[in-house]
Amino acid sequence: MNDHELVIQARGLSKRFGQLTAVDRLDLGVRRAEVFGFLGPNGSGKSTTIRMLCGLLLPSAGEIEVLGCRIPRDAEALKRRIGYMTQRFSLYEDLSVLENLEFLATVQGLGKAAARQRIAELLERYWLADRRQQMAGTLSGGQKQRLALAGAVLHKPDLLLLDEPTSAVDPQSRREFWDSLFELADAGTTLLVSTHYMDEAERCTRLGILDAGRLVADGSPRELLDALPGHPLLIDCAQPRQAQRALQGSTAVLAMAQIGASLRVLVASADARERIEDALRAAGIAARIEDTQPNLEDVFVSVTRQPVPAAP
Amino acid sequence: MNLRRLAAIVVKELRQLRRDRLTFAMIVGIPLLQLVLFGYAINMDVRGIDAAVLDQAGSARSREVVEEIGSSQVLELRYRLSTPQQLDSLLRQGKISAALVLPADFEARLERQDRPPLQLVVDGSDQSVQASARQLAAYPLPGWENRQAVEVVNLYNPQRLAPLNTVPGLIGVILTMTMVLFTAIALVRERERGNLEMLITTPLSPWELTLGKVLPFVGIGLLQVTVVLLVGRLLFEVPIRGSLLELYGASLLFIVASLALGVFLSTLAQTQFQAMQMAFFTFLPQILLSGFMFPFAGMPKAAQWIAELLPLTHFLRLARGIMLRSAGLLELWPEMLALLVFTVLMLSVAVMRVTKRLD
Ligand SMILES: Nc1ncnc2c1ncn2[C@@H]1O[C@H](COP(=O)(O)OP(=O)(O)O)[C@@H](O)[C@H]1O
Ligand SMILES: [Mg+2]
Repeated sequence: MNDHELVIQARGLSKRFGQLTAVDRLDLGVRRAEVFGFLGPNGSGKSTTIRMLCGLLLPSAGEIEVLGCRIPRDAEALKRRIGYMTQRFSLYEDLSVLENLEFLATVQGLGKAAARQRIAELLERYWLADRRQQMAGTLSGGQKQRLALAGAVLHKPDLLLLDEPTSAVDPQSRREFWDSLFELADAGTTLLVSTHYMDEAERCTRLGILDAGRLVADGSPRELLDALPGHPLLIDCAQPRQAQRALQGSTAVLAMAQIGASLRVLVASADARERIEDALRAAGIAARIEDTQPNLEDVFVSVTRQPVPAAP
Repeated sequence: MNLRRLAAIVVKELRQLRRDRLTFAMIVGIPLLQLVLFGYAINMDVRGIDAAVLDQAGSARSREVVEEIGSSQVLELRYRLSTPQQLDSLLRQGKISAALVLPADFEARLERQDRPPLQLVVDGSDQSVQASARQLAAYPLPGWENRQAVEVVNLYNPQRLAPLNTVPGLIGVILTMTMVLFTAIALVRERERGNLEMLITTPLSPWELTLGKVLPFVGIGLLQVTVVLLVGRLLFEVPIRGSLLELYGASLLFIVASLALGVFLSTLAQTQFQAMQMAFFTFLPQILLSGFMFPFAGMPKAAQWIAELLPLTHFLRLARGIMLRSAGLLELWPEMLALLVFTVLMLSVAVMRVTKRLD
């Protein structure tokens, strides 16, 4: 297999639920051994897209090819080669850790000896060895996620799809979980991970940003930062809320967010700095303005923002 | 269909069942509770009981009496018989529930006034028929106004025990409740808790999943039959006059029919609560119309037609036939056929609805 071969290829992918268009003409290409991050606010269509990619939902329009299988036609053949970790914990809460994994191993068609060896290996790797007899429902959030991951990779899939795997997990566990994901990627597994955490997005080799069902940006984190259509300013002042109100509606501002005692403003052009200083002075707010490094959050808000209404 | 995967589902299901104390308690508790509650049932008078006439006297007088009893509409005289053997066979097959017998010495008995000149042979395994027989026994034959002219021969339930009639029906009612309700719930639970989304992306086929989840209930159903039979025996001395094996055979077919109904309901429901509501929606007509609560013969024609569509109606006839009249499955083949057709129909509809997708 060639390293640049596309593992996931989708063209014009759409999904409508009645009136609502959850996914809108999406084009997607994911290469082998990539850690592809799917970034988007809640309800932007991340889960729906992932479900269509693994054949769980029938697309309303568009074409999908995953690992060379046409979906939905070859969905059955694909199922042996992908692992899917659902957004919600979907193993059995009233079965123990070991029972869950044994069940999945049989369902995935692993032989008895192979299953025993693989389960022992995964319990060790995901720090669940001392929990094997514990009911899955009584595990902590982080432990549940590791168990779900172990279940999803039991049969050594070529492609792993993870839907917000870390949404109910503390920061320490999240970092460890991502280390595990990179181990898998190093071993040649392709990963598609949906998330809404910026620190996780930064770690992906490539990112697709979804907004209201449309793919609004696609590239490596570096490329996305370089293509940022403005640059961020940090405004230090005593009354950041008043400052925000004063700048509301200014054409110079692409996006704003209060961060602690300061205001982070994404501006479009070079002369924006003076215009902002003027606007603040007019409102009687004393402020110190400085340039700052762009980050993925800036990219995110700039590509997903509502158009800023023009000042009267 | 992969047997290892199927077995994995069955094992998983049994493990979960063992940990679900409430369900487990209900599986044993419901039969016991109902057995005690329904131990004594309601009697009702009926009209239009299917009956035959065996007129061995064949005189003008006997024909006159037959005519008169027929016009009372309590008995629907469908057959005119010539031998007691015919009578026996019709009763056992369940084609008739009563027979009016006029002995050869009918005229002589009328003269001598020593023994009742009329005999009413009734299927005592159906208590509604029993009640009506008592009503007929008071038939005023001219010249016999002060004495009972009709001798009632209670063929299968001489002591007129209520539990004797109730227990066979109760097996059916209990199986209906557990099989339909618990399977529908068990199948929908997987979807509601989100397990299904994970299972769909595995090689597991929807039929392996359905069958694996339903199989343990076949065992549970047979266990319930055993509990009811044993307790019925100990508490109420309910006999099994026919073949025990055939009784279990009929129960097995009824269990499968009810499971098929449960599987079908599970394809309609989105939540466990909906599944429960739908299951109760199917219980009511079955319990009310099958002949368990109210006598079949006393129902309006339309209700009887509906009842013919319900599996419990047919199982009730099977169970009463085998347990009380020692009828064989071969004699009762129309009931077996009806259950079989019902099962095939339900499963076909369910097959069309079970898909391996979420939408
Ligand atoms: N089965 C469904 N029926 C109707 N609408 C749905 C269904 N699934 C998702 N949606 C809608 O589609 C949109 C996208 O949802 P989803 O893909 O879950 O977003 P995300 O995972 O990015 O939060 C939402 O508005 C959601 O309400
Ligand atoms: Mg989602």
